[in-house]
Amino acid sequence: MLASLLIVFREVIEAGLIVGIVLAATKGVAGRAIWVGYGIAGGVAGAGLVAAFAGRIAASFQGSGQEVFDASILLLAVLMLTWHNVWMAGHGRAMARDMKQVGAQVAAGERPMAALAVVVGVAVLREGSEVVLFLYGIASQGGATTTGMLAGGAAGLAAGAATSALIYFGLLAIPAGRLFSVTSGLITLLAAGMAAQAILFIQQGGYFEYLTRTVWDTSRVLSQDSIIGRMLHTLVGYSDAPNGAQLLAYAATVLTIVALTRLERRRPHSGAVSRPA
Amino acid sequence: MNPRIWLTCATLVWLLVAPSAMAGDSAPIEITLKDHKFLPAEIHVKANVPSEITLTNADTTAEEFDSSALKIEKVVAGGAKGIVRLRPLAPGRYPFMGEYHSETAQGVVIAE
Repeated sequence: MLASLLIVFREVIEAGLIVGIVLAATKGVAGRAIWVGYGIAGGVAGAGLVAAFAGRIAASFQGSGQEVFDASILLLAVLMLTWHNVWMAGHGRAMARDMKQVGAQVAAGERPMAALAVVVGVAVLREGSEVVLFLYGIASQGGATTTGMLAGGAAGLAAGAATSALIYFGLLAIPAGRLFSVTSGLITLLAAGMAAQAILFIQQGGYFEYLTRTVWDTSRVLSQDSIIGRMLHTLVGYSDAPNGAQLLAYAATVLTIVALTRLERRRPHSGAVSRPA
Repeated sequence: MNPRIWLTCATLVWLLVAPSAMAGDSAPIEITLKDHKFLPAEIHVKANVPSEITLTNADTTAEEFDSSALKIEKVVAGGAKGIVRLRPLAPGRYPFMGEYHSETAQGVVIAE
């Protein structure tokens, strides 16, 4: 029971951290709960499908189907996060200013919400499919321990959700004026970490076997197995032994998002959002 | 950027690419998972070159080959095969496990 509690907790917390950041980043956006709800529901449904077809997915692409699939959805999430940050660079400052007088800008906030719903969906799908496979394996074995294991899974789900809520409320403690720059920064690192993870899957699939050598190893300082290591892995892409390609992907993602948001900020915007600073 | 920085970057990239590009493939390694146990549970690979493990899951349920030391998470469905690619490893011990049955499914890769 403890084993299943831990596994489910670990997966839920990884998806939950991302949901927490998305919720904090969209504070004050009308209808955000519905979008995040779509993301979670879509992710859960997708997780079931992925688990059901795990064998068939894995067998595609000459046995590298799972890696191709994981890399693709991660890169999709990276694109969506980039889109969100660029959009926020154009509209975010005005939005923060107008937080009190909720109006047109906030309604316009629905645009990156679709992107963020996709990100939530991807996060839930990835972690969820592992939970489904794990619990299905237990359930199909039957026996007296099954009930205990499933109860453990439920407890893990609750504990993971509670921890994610803590992260969310922790982020909300940041003053409103600063919240958007903090969440934009977090989203940039989140995207970079996902890009680095995607490269790892591409290498695992046998498609880009360059720069596979470990550049440094900090597993003795902070193991990626520890709860803090895992949380940092999800949040900012912490890896205790990154390889060269991962580091390049990480740096390239950060640089791209920073460059695009700067360009967007300089571009004059039409409508209510353009005001003298 | 000034030329010196470019040169440093170029050198760094070369240092990173060169060793993996020069490495040759070693013999394929086979592992079977049965009754949630790896057989063999101890695998020896050559250090500093990439290698490949073919994992056959002889159980009916899916298993995830999971190793934070090897940086691998790979789901292999029940009755299916999966290829696990190992990066060039520094000499040492790299434990792995089947995440869904970690009490019994334990193994280690030894790079030497």
